[in-house]
Amino acid sequence: MSKTYYDPADLRKFGKITEWSEELGTKFFDYYGKVFEEGALTAREKSLIALAVAHTEQCPYCIDAYTKDGLQRGVTKEEMMEAIHVGAAIKSGATLVHGVQMMNKVNKLDG
Amino acid sequence: MTKLKTKSLKRRESELANARRQVEILSNGIFQNGELPTFKNKIAETNQFPLKAKKLEILQINVGYMCNQVCEHCHVDAGPDRKEIMTTETMQQCLEVIKKTGAHTLDLTGGAPEMNPNFRWFVEEASKAGIKDFIVRSNLTIIRANKKYYDLPEFFKKHNVHVVSSMPHWTRGKTDKQRGDGVFDMSIKALQELNAIGYGMPNSDLKLDLVYNPSGAFLPGDQASMEKDFKKALMEDFGIQFHNLFAITNLPISRFLDYLIASENYEDYMYALVEAYNPSAVANVMCTNTLSVSWDGYLYDCDFNQMLKLPVNSKSKHISEYNEELLEGRNIVISQHCYGCTAGAGSSCQGTVA
Repeated sequence: MSKTYYDPADLRKFGKITEWSEELGTKFFDYYGKVFEEGALTAREKSLIALAVAHTEQCPYCIDAYTKDGLQRGVTKEEMMEAIHVGAAIKSGATLVHGVQMMNKVNKLDG
Repeated sequence: MTKLKTKSLKRRESELANARRQVEILSNGIFQNGELPTFKNKIAETNQFPLKAKKLEILQINVGYMCNQVCEHCHVDAGPDRKEIMTTETMQQCLEVIKKTGAHTLDLTGGAPEMNPNFRWFVEEASKAGIKDFIVRSNLTIIRANKKYYDLPEFFKKHNVHVVSSMPHWTRGKTDKQRGDGVFDMSIKALQELNAIGYGMPNSDLKLDLVYNPSGAFLPGDQASMEKDFKKALMEDFGIQFHNLFAITNLPISRFLDYLIASENYEDYMYALVEAYNPSAVANVMCTNTLSVSWDGYLYDCDFNQMLKLPVNSKSKHISEYNEELLEGRNIVISQHCYGCTAGAGSSCQGTVA
């Protein structure tokens, strides 16, 4: 067994999840592939969204994958960092907006 | 002025300056222990081994390894210190072949081909042969490198040369990182000069294409999308126009191989190439319709095989004994670097192939 929870080489084995549940695995990868095709959003825009979400989800495999994907699409490091800030802003905003709930509670209990 | 990015492997006396050592690296390790399939076994899966040469369409001539740049990923290991230059005698032999070949494209490359002292004479003579598409692969900065090259755009125009130039990115940082400080600004100036005399303009017969190859250990993205992004950025930022963008995969040889090993990206890169293997690209790989001539007149299946010193598998081995009948149908010499031409949409000197 691996001594660490994450091994970069495991990303290459992602497709193997299908071996233990072929129908669901295949459906997932078909769906996944379709999502990232050019559509109303360009594949480049989707790649940047995926990079931001990869960070908010703190998925090391996804971070590796979508950093590389961005480079392949000519995305600059400045664009990547801005995308991550969007994710960080939503993440911190989501934390802080709950402050209103705290304020409501304080006002109700001790107002 | 541009600042050289590095020195040639040859100058550094690197073990990778030795072509045989490169082939060894490509044949051993993950390919020897069966972790990844060899290229031969991979193409055999779809009954495409041995790869055979078809009718010659493109004659690519490397007129010398000397270059004013020392790009980080150069597969030629070119640079100012490289003295391998094609002689007029070999050029004359090439001209004899150019006159009689049925190839529709003549493709001059280097190094910086313009640095060969007999480059202009050769272009003048070759252009008389009436080849349909006459390409010169210009690194752009040479046009601005020295006064004696300032009139190159006019010279190209006079001989209806199709200019194909490298441009790793539309931003200064990424371009200079790969090709040397100052390369981006000089390239932009050169492109503007080419545009000014009609090169790259819509509907112009003066063809100007750009070559994109990734600046690091990753594969090129979709060629059409990249072309759109390049066109938009170069037009908005600099008013530059060009015709087509060729997205080319970096092959794991020479300085790029050195970079992959030094940055510990070699295995991941080979995995990426093998995973992106596209059997439908195999049928159209450029070695099947191209012949590469080295500065000293020897014949190779492609420019990459030339750098790996893997000569054609034919009795006709030198331009002086060129025999199109003998060369047609020859078995192409392959190794693991060939995965670079079959990844994704495929890759060739003319861009994607699948």
